[in-house]
Amino acid sequence: MAATDTPRTRITWDYAPAPESPDHVRLRDSYGLFIGGAFVDPRDGQRVPSINPATEEPVAEVAFGGAQDVAAAVEAARAAQPRWAALPGRERAKYVFRIARLIQERARELAIVESLDGGKPIRESRDVDIPLAAAHFFHYAGWADKLRYGVAGRETAPYGVVGQVVPWNFPLLMAAWKLAPALACGNTSVLKPAETTPLTALLLAEICQEAELPDGVVNIVPGDGTTGAAVVRSDVDKVAFTGSTAVGKDIQAALAGRGVGLTLELGGKSANVIFEDAALDQAVEGIVQGIFFNQGHVCCAGSRLLIQESVADEVTAKLWDRMRLLRVGDPLDKNTDVGAINSAEQLERIEALVEAGVEEGAVRRSVACDLPERGWWFAPTIFTEVAPAHRIAVEEIFGPVVSVLTFRTQAEAIENANNSRYGLAAGIWTDKGSKAFEVARALKAGVIWQNTYNKFDPTAAFGGYKESGFGREGGAAGLRPYLRVS
Amino acid sequence: MIRRLPHVDHVGIEERAAWLGKRSIKTSAKAEGIRLAVSMVDLTTLEGQDTPGKVRQLSAKAVCPAPDMPEIPSVAAVCVYPALVPTVHAALEGSGVKTAAVSTGFPAGQTSLSIKLRETEETVAAGADEIDMVISREAFLAGDDARVMEEIVRVKEACGEAHLKVIIETAELGSYDHVRHASMLAMEAGADFIKTSTGKAASGATPGVTLVMLEAIRDYVERTGRPVGMKAAGGVSTSKAALHRLVLVKETLGDDWLTPDRFRIGASSLLNDLLMQYAKTKDGRYGRSEDYSKE
Repeated sequence: MAATDTPRTRITWDYAPAPESPDHVRLRDSYGLFIGGAFVDPRDGQRVPSINPATEEPVAEVAFGGAQDVAAAVEAARAAQPRWAALPGRERAKYVFRIARLIQERARELAIVESLDGGKPIRESRDVDIPLAAAHFFHYAGWADKLRYGVAGRETAPYGVVGQVVPWNFPLLMAAWKLAPALACGNTSVLKPAETTPLTALLLAEICQEAELPDGVVNIVPGDGTTGAAVVRSDVDKVAFTGSTAVGKDIQAALAGRGVGLTLELGGKSANVIFEDAALDQAVEGIVQGIFFNQGHVCCAGSRLLIQESVADEVTAKLWDRMRLLRVGDPLDKNTDVGAINSAEQLERIEALVEAGVEEGAVRRSVACDLPERGWWFAPTIFTEVAPAHRIAVEEIFGPVVSVLTFRTQAEAIENANNSRYGLAAGIWTDKGSKAFEVARALKAGVIWQNTYNKFDPTAAFGGYKESGFGREGGAAGLRPYLRVS
Repeated sequence: MIRRLPHVDHVGIEERAAWLGKRSIKTSAKAEGIRLAVSMVDLTTLEGQDTPGKVRQLSAKAVCPAPDMPEIPSVAAVCVYPALVPTVHAALEGSGVKTAAVSTGFPAGQTSLSIKLRETEETVAAGADEIDMVISREAFLAGDDARVMEEIVRVKEACGEAHLKVIIETAELGSYDHVRHASMLAMEAGADFIKTSTGKAASGATPGVTLVMLEAIRDYVERTGRPVGMKAAGGVSTSKAALHRLVLVKETLGDDWLTPDRFRIGASSLLNDLLMQYAKTKDGRYGRSEDYSKE
C-alpha cells in the first residue's frame, strides 16, 4: 500500500459493561410457603436466605417447609383435585393459557430474578429459560381438551395429587415442564423447588394467584433434601423428580411397593460425537453450546466429547481458540457468556473431579480469565488425553468442563458413546445424512441432536435411558406420566 | 488444485452470526465502535451518472466527514469507477484517504483477461491505491477453479504496488460452501483483501456470508501466516449493521483485524447514519436528516 501521509491513531474497541438493571423487580423481603392459594408461614419449617451465587449476598428470605407443611400442602391439593379434574378440559386450558400469558408479561422480571438467584447469564434466562417456560404452558394448554388423542383414543383419568421435585439448574423452566402437563391432565400438584433457587417458583405462585387458579391446585413448598424426602413420603399419587441419579435411586427405593407412580429425569454423561466429515466450525460452536451453556449445569450437557482421530487436533485447537473468547463474569451483564457456579457445594464437586482428572493423567487447560473475587466461579476447562476409564470420562461433573476422547471408526464411536451408565442425550456431527441416521439408531440415548446441541422445544419428548431415568417430558409423550390410561 | 469443498452448515453459521448480533453495544462502546466503523468505510459511488464534481464532493466528505465533530476520523478510501480515478486522486492528495477503483469489467466481469489486465494497469497508473476486482463467476460456477485463480494472479501482477481486493459476489455463488471455497481460491491466488459483493447483486454482506469469509481468513492465516483483509460490501447501511459486522470480526479474527488496514465496509449511505448515531451518543437525541450533507 502507498505510504500513508497522515498517521492515523489506532482506535481500540471493547464492549462496555452492559448490566441489565434489576430496578423494576418487585421481590418481597420474605416469602412464605404457597399452600391452598395463599402464602403462609411454615408450621415446622424455617426461614432461610436465598443467596446470589455471583455476590454471595442474600436476594430474599424464603420459608423452607417441614414434614407438617408438606402434609398440609398435600391436603390442600387433595381437596382441590376432584373439582379441578371435573372441569371440562377447555376450562382447565384457559387457566394454563393464562399462566403462559402472565409469564410472558413478567418475562423481564422473571429473567432477572432467575439470574440473580441462580447465577446464569441474563442472555440465557432472557432468551431461553423464560420463553421456553411460557411455551410449555402454551403447549399443554392446547392438550387439555384433547387428552385422548395423546394416548391413541384410550380412556384417560388424572393420577390425582402429584409431588414434583425440581432441580436448581433451570428453576422456572423445570417447574413449567412439571406443572404444565400435570395441570392440563387434571392433576393437582405439590411442587418443591430447589434449595438454592426457589425464587422464580415463588413468583410463579404469584402468577397462579393472578391467573385466579383455584386454591390448592398448585402448592409450592421450597426446601432442601429433607423437604423433598417429605414430599416422597407423603400421601401423593405420583412423584416426578428431576435431579441426581443418587437421589433418584433413593426415591425409587422409597416408593417401591406403594403403588405410587414415578418418573425420573436424572444425570447424564452425554456423548457429543464429531465425525471427520462434519462442518467443523459449526461443530465447535455446537461443542461450546453443549458444554458451556448454563455453566455446564445441564443434565444433557455434551460433557463427553468424542472426536474422530483424523480431525482431533484441528477441532481441539479450534475449540480452545473459541473457549478463550467466552466472557465469564457478572450474570446480569448482557454480554456475559458464562455466569457463576450455582453454589459453593457444586463448586467443590467440580473442583474435586477436575483434580481427579489431573491426578489420573489427563491434560487440563483452563481459560485464563479474571474471575470476580466474591461469588463462586470456575473458568471454562478442557481435558485432553482422556482415557475412557478416567473418572472425568465417566462421572457427571455438572460444570464447565469438557473431556475429549478420540475414536477411529464409526463402530468405535458408537461403542464408546454407549459405554456409559447413563443414556440421556447425544450429539452427532456429520455432513452425511445416511451416517447421521445410522448412528442415531445405534445410540442408546433419549435425546439425539444432529448438527446442533442443547435445543429444546415443548413439542419434543425429553428423557433418558438407563441411569438417566425413565418417563418423558414434552409433547404428547409428556402427557402419559400424568394420566392413568385404561 | 483439487476441489475439496469444505463444509459449512448453513443453519449453524447463520445461528452463530445472528447470535453475535445480540451483543449489547451501548454507551462508550457504541461511540468508539462508530468512530472505528467510520475509519473503515470505503465511501463508494458506482453510478453511470457519476461526474468529477460529484466525486470531488464525496472526497471532501471522506477526508472530513463531520466538521463539527473533529474526533470523527477520515474514512479509509473513496471507491469509484476507473474514469474518475484522476479526479479522486487529486482531491484526496495528502489526506491519507486512499483512492480505490473497481476494475476487471465490474460488475459482471464478462470480458477478456487482456482487457481486465489493461484496465487494471491504466487505473493504477491514473493514481489508484487499491483495485477492487471481480472474480469470473462464469468460470467458478462452471467448476474452472484454475481460471479463477489464474485471473487473480495476473491482475495482482498488474496491480504492482496497489492493493488488490477480490470480489467474490457471494449472492451469485449459491451456497456457503461456495463462498468459503471462492474465498480460499482468492487468498491462495494472492488477494490482499477478499470482498463480499459488488453492491449490484440481490444481497451483499449478510451476517452469515461475512462470518463464513472471516472464518476462511482465520483458517488461511493460521496455515500460511499471511494476513488477509476483508471488505464487507452491500447491504450494510445502518450503524447497527456496521457494529454487528465489527462484532463478527472481533470474535472471529480478534482485535488485530479491527483496523482499516484489515477490515473495510463498502458503503454509500452508511456514513450519514454513523454520524447521526454518533451525535446521539453525545447529546442523547437524534438530529434531523438535513443536518448531514448529502453527497
